[in-house]
Amino acid sequence: MSAESAQKFEALEAQASALLEYFVKAGYEPVAPSIIQPASIFLDRIGEALRNRTYVFTDPDGEELCLRPDLTIPSSRLYLERHPEGRTKAKYCYNGPAFRFQAHTGDDDQPREFRQAGIENFGAGDPCKSDAEILSLVAGALENSGIENLHLKIGDLGLFYALLDALEIPERWKNRLKHHYWRPETFQGLMLQLQDPAKYVDQGMAGDLISRLSIDEPVAAREAVTEFLDSNDIPHIGERSIDEITARLLEKSQDLKAYPVPKETTDLIANYLAISGPPKAAAARIADLANANNLDLSAALDTFKKRNEALTKAGINLSEAHFSAEYGRNLEYYTGFVFQLELTELGVAGQIAGGGRYDGLLTDIGAPRAVPAIGSAIHTERLLDIVGQRSES
Amino acid sequence: MSDESPLILGVPSKGRLMDQTRDVFAAKGLVFKKTGNERGYRGTIDGLDDVELTYLSASEISHYLKTGRIHMGVTGEDLMREHIRDFDRIISRSQPLDFGNADVVVAVPGSWIDVTTMNDIEDVAVTFHHVHDRRLRVATKYMSLTRQFFSDRGISSYRIVESLGATEGTPSAGTAEIIVDITSTGQTLRANHLKILDDGVILKSQANLFVSNMADWTDRATGGRDQVLERFAQNPD
Repeated sequence: MSAESAQKFEALEAQASALLEYFVKAGYEPVAPSIIQPASIFLDRIGEALRNRTYVFTDPDGEELCLRPDLTIPSSRLYLERHPEGRTKAKYCYNGPAFRFQAHTGDDDQPREFRQAGIENFGAGDPCKSDAEILSLVAGALENSGIENLHLKIGDLGLFYALLDALEIPERWKNRLKHHYWRPETFQGLMLQLQDPAKYVDQGMAGDLISRLSIDEPVAAREAVTEFLDSNDIPHIGERSIDEITARLLEKSQDLKAYPVPKETTDLIANYLAISGPPKAAAARIADLANANNLDLSAALDTFKKRNEALTKAGINLSEAHFSAEYGRNLEYYTGFVFQLELTELGVAGQIAGGGRYDGLLTDIGAPRAVPAIGSAIHTERLLDIVGQRSES
Repeated sequence: MSDESPLILGVPSKGRLMDQTRDVFAAKGLVFKKTGNERGYRGTIDGLDDVELTYLSASEISHYLKTGRIHMGVTGEDLMREHIRDFDRIISRSQPLDFGNADVVVAVPGSWIDVTTMNDIEDVAVTFHHVHDRRLRVATKYMSLTRQFFSDRGISSYRIVESLGATEGTPSAGTAEIIVDITSTGQTLRANHLKILDDGVILKSQANLFVSNMADWTDRATGGRDQVLERFAQNPD
């Protein structure tokens, strides 16, 4: 745990200042967002993996707060506080503590209080260029700390969204698939269910009622629902209205009437998610998959290629990088390019830095317009350990 | 040997839980005796010199088992699972006592005729947020059991409202939409026009005699434990 020795603490500080200095030189402004944050935005957007590990508490006024589990959302909130209109470009860097519950404390590799140093870039115009800028800056900072030959893993959530959008299935099912993408098991279950909506739509006691409802006659539907409740002696309680209940029953009735999603389509999604390998080869396989299924993914594939060119131009060696279509599934706020730099021989603990694009987050926390955003954070404890190990050997 | 500290056994200090615990132990030949006056909070077991009783509230018992302040304790599994995250590390043994049976369940208004399973909840939650501009509220005293259960089922668009009493009334009162609560017959839920989801049983709970790994296990305490557990082994129901 974080019973850091004074010596280690000083070493961390020294290393962190070197990282910050590197970022400042590149034009990034040092910021220090609050450690205590409102809980709801984290619980909503941070994804399953972190949700259960966030320290949440209620203050004497009853407000639900948390200790920040990372610095991306706090930096985004700080940006919005300074620029409520979301029109301004800004580049921030930081070094500070973050907190995550660890089921078994006492493991030095998994401290519950750790430090992140990182960068966030808001409002940049050319996404491919800023994607490349962030990755090359973090790779450069690590190299500057004495670490080279890190393995690069990349993904692109934009490709997945483009694939779903190109499919011929009802819009609400696409939305559901997107909504559950972050929970692989629920997602898998949903794909199976969409192959057989009659089984999927749990009709419960209202089965007969559902079969009588029609989306074209909403007034009659509402009456039928009220009558159903009355005749079964069910009083309506709570704030969810009869209209909302009716609307959802109508949705179920539509699901029942819709064509099931063919197995080929769910296979296609599964095949896409299984693609991994060097970025260039992966892009070719995705293009093949799209062509074979008459899907137009050209815009998303162009972005992918353009970004790869920008990365190469920024000095990143992509021939050694690993692309995985499924990668990026653990943090709900990512929307496009995702990456991590790791020492493969160290397993999970070998992930030294990670980051990605999160274009939707700023509107979620209150920005009046979409603000493109990308960032990356470095696990400073791991970096220090590795630098230490390498200098000893 | 007698210099060592004895086994400390935490038992409920009031109500039906206290009476049932006393009766179940008596049936195994373990007769509780309060020391000092009748309202005291200490006691002994007839004939077992290595065991000391301490009368506590049910939630104190789960907390003290976790911190190791007592060696053994009688309380509901619901409270233990709620308060102790790494249960298997903290508790070395659980002896079911066949009373205090109750389920921790997810219940929704009966008028939600479009909702029968947990799968429906996330759908409803997303739309509810959109329509009402706030999250679906789940009233419960089981905050961590609820978070775990909902997260395992991919449900995230909700808020917990801590409720320390009359949880079943919160949907009617308009202070929550859903509840997670303990029920033995389901009667209170029905009286409040709530229904349990088909897959909404989080935990089937009953009173248990728990043995803590965290306590200071002197030879004398270990001896006391073995004597108590032996009576349970020798006198099955």
